[in-house]
Amino acid sequence: MAPPAEVLAVRGLSKTFPGVRALDDVDLTLHAGEVHALIGENGAGKSTLIKLLTGVYRPDAGDIVFQGRPVSFATPLEAQKAGISTIYQEVNLIPLLSVARNLFLGREPRNRFGLLDFARMHREAEETLRGYGVRVDVRRPLRSLGVGAQQMVALARAVASEARIVIMDEPTSSLEPREVETLFSVIRRLRDEGIAVVYVSHRLDELYAVCDTVTVLRDGRRVHHGRLADLDRLSLVSTMLGRELGEVRSEGLTKFTGDHHATDSRPVLQATDLTVPHQLHGVSVSIRPGEVVGLGGLLGSGRTETAKAISGALPTSSGRVVVAGTPLRGGSTPAAIRAGVSLLPEDRKSEGIVPGLSVRENISLAVLPRLSRFGLVSEARVDSIVNTFIERLRIKASSPQQKVGELSGGNQQKVLLARWLAMNPKVLLLDEPTRGIDVGAKAEVQKLVDELAADGLGVLLISSDLEELIEGSDRVVVLKDGAVVGELTGDEVTEDKLMRTIAGDAPARDAVEGAATDG
Amino acid sequence: MTVTKTQAPVNADDGTQAAGAEPVGPARSERLSALVQQHGALAVLVIVSLVATFSFDSFATGDNVSNMATSSAFLAIVALGMTFVIITGGIDLSVGSLFALGGVLAAWGSRHGTLVALLLPLVVCGAVGVVNGLLVARSRLAPFIVTLAAMLGARGLMLAITDEGANTYLIGKGSFLAELGQGTTLGLGNPVWITLALFVAGAVVLRRTRFGQHVYAVGGNEDAAALMGAPVARTKILVYTLSGVLAGLAGALNAAWLASGVTILGNGMELEAISAVVIGGTLLTGGLGYVSGSLVGVLLLKVIQNVINQIGSLDSSYQQVVSGAFLAVVVVAQTWLGRRRQLL
Repeated sequence: MAPPAEVLAVRGLSKTFPGVRALDDVDLTLHAGEVHALIGENGAGKSTLIKLLTGVYRPDAGDIVFQGRPVSFATPLEAQKAGISTIYQEVNLIPLLSVARNLFLGREPRNRFGLLDFARMHREAEETLRGYGVRVDVRRPLRSLGVGAQQMVALARAVASEARIVIMDEPTSSLEPREVETLFSVIRRLRDEGIAVVYVSHRLDELYAVCDTVTVLRDGRRVHHGRLADLDRLSLVSTMLGRELGEVRSEGLTKFTGDHHATDSRPVLQATDLTVPHQLHGVSVSIRPGEVVGLGGLLGSGRTETAKAISGALPTSSGRVVVAGTPLRGGSTPAAIRAGVSLLPEDRKSEGIVPGLSVRENISLAVLPRLSRFGLVSEARVDSIVNTFIERLRIKASSPQQKVGELSGGNQQKVLLARWLAMNPKVLLLDEPTRGIDVGAKAEVQKLVDELAADGLGVLLISSDLEELIEGSDRVVVLKDGAVVGELTGDEVTEDKLMRTIAGDAPARDAVEGAATDG
Repeated sequence: MTVTKTQAPVNADDGTQAAGAEPVGPARSERLSALVQQHGALAVLVIVSLVATFSFDSFATGDNVSNMATSSAFLAIVALGMTFVIITGGIDLSVGSLFALGGVLAAWGSRHGTLVALLLPLVVCGAVGVVNGLLVARSRLAPFIVTLAAMLGARGLMLAITDEGANTYLIGKGSFLAELGQGTTLGLGNPVWITLALFVAGAVVLRRTRFGQHVYAVGGNEDAAALMGAPVARTKILVYTLSGVLAGLAGALNAAWLASGVTILGNGMELEAISAVVIGGTLLTGGLGYVSGSLVGVLLLKVIQNVINQIGSLDSSYQQVVSGAFLAVVVVAQTWLGRRRQLL
């Protein structure tokens, strides 16, 4: 059997952004009828690669050969016209326009007067969509459809525009299981028609269900490529995370001392059965005072969502959170803060600091209402709190009046930490507390986490850094596809165990009841 | 329960509504909301007109109706262009000034013949529209600021031509231009017929051409429209140009009707036009709108104005109070309907 034709050949693709080498000498080959998994952790370079292929970015170096011809797309539209269509995570259509008009925008059938031929448009739209399992009145606005059906419209549109390559960027993140099945059958049909599919997802089950080949990116480089069937799940996870199997470090690289122990057997935080449609499926976590509980799992496994659901920032459809014996009313951040739950968000630029305000103002932001009497704020009390935390967290600023935007990432993180510590919390939820900060600051933040736990705080630690997670946590709860798949305690908290649990072939005794998501 | 991308706050309202009115399926309820959004203004117009007819003897007379129609025509032409702009998610504040400028240019140009008198305002106002469109589309400046600048600039230009308003140019009687503005056909003023023709053409362009699709697409989701291949920049430039040309034309016709280029006209007309468009069911945020609705919106504003004039005891200043209150009610109703439809 002759090998199918090469549709795309990427050689030595590189892209640098100020300060970051986002993509470094990456190759990628796609054949007709191939379903190719593109995977990697956050910042591995997946989206950069996709954006280079689709004309959003221009490469610094390297060639893209598409159907035998070198190409250089200036805009996504050019790429699309040439035959590379992309389906984004968020449906990129126009919600107010009718389904048919969305499907045909830019290539509407016209009658002999040059006017749009709606009758034909509606008929053809209905026919096309039937092939995607979507049966709707195509004259209705797109937004009246469910997200899954909208995604199918986007897919139908992409394929109808004579695509040779369809790139799907986490297409299932908002789909119901039934819709995922439909998507898979559509992907298989595309494959049979000789269309190459690039499939980006963090859900291992899905990858193994539909993909033939795989490219693993890490830190902007291609670290693996080949047939997916030749790579078992554990190897896939370890390749992705950059950890050798069985590699055990004798000494830690982090500053965690482990000098804290749960002081009380009753949990300070008890979250039960947290459910958020499409994101969390009955996640339960409990934290005792003085305990650091790690939340492990791949990107998109529901770690951030769990923290947000606990802190009320993400509305849950069911589940309850009990803080120090008192149930929390769901979906309310102020209530969570009052109860003593503070969240240090993942993206401190957009969700945390106010760069234009001073260190003093940023620290006192949340605590101000408590320091004021009759709406007036006692300056002296603010000063005393601010100074206490600047000293305690060793925040390096020229003065409390310095703007936070001028500080280094590590110090910004400490300012945020100070803001929440000033509230005197019982539980601290830390989402990637050391991401993007330098080594020294990282060590200091890690040391602080230890000290805070030693002071009796309950800490939930989310980190993509395995070492940080393992050495920082007393216990690690492992999430996968929005559900708890295992919990590691005591001596079990090792990289090897963690990776096995993430990959889904953990020994049975590690698995907690929630492993029912496979399938 | 479906989770929409917009993440509209799903409240209990949704559930109770469906339970209370069992036969009304989601599709029917949504169509009802759509119907009210699209034709609510028409219903109000009919009601107000009927009440006025029975309350004031002089309301439904031929003269009064004909007058209302003619005085509505100029605002309607401006609102037509504004409808296109607002559907793309933009706004054009320069139309009031361009209306005045168009009138003065037409009157000034009428000395050189009808062709000059008609073309000059269209070309100059169209050019201002092109500049508006270029700045909005290419420099990505806020339409509000760009057209505010154009509004000031165009009024300045108009004042310069008229020596600070000291010169009023007249349009000679009996010329084709004067006939266009003042003459009647089948009992209605010529500007009314021109306006109706323009609205029919506008409706066809908006609903049945690719350009029209692009106008909706750009207003509905600009980034998605660009990815889907709609020429976003060209569409924006075209709608601002169209708005400028129509404002100039309205000004020229108005000057022809008045037989002179009156410099004090057009103040606040942009806001009147925007009100009419919004009352007519076009979303201020773009992506949804109807040409016919804008015509109804204009008529409604003019009928209210007329009714208040009929009430002799009421100061005519109150007409603005009523129009303002009405606009507020419409915007609240629209927001409510919009949310309702989004939930379904």
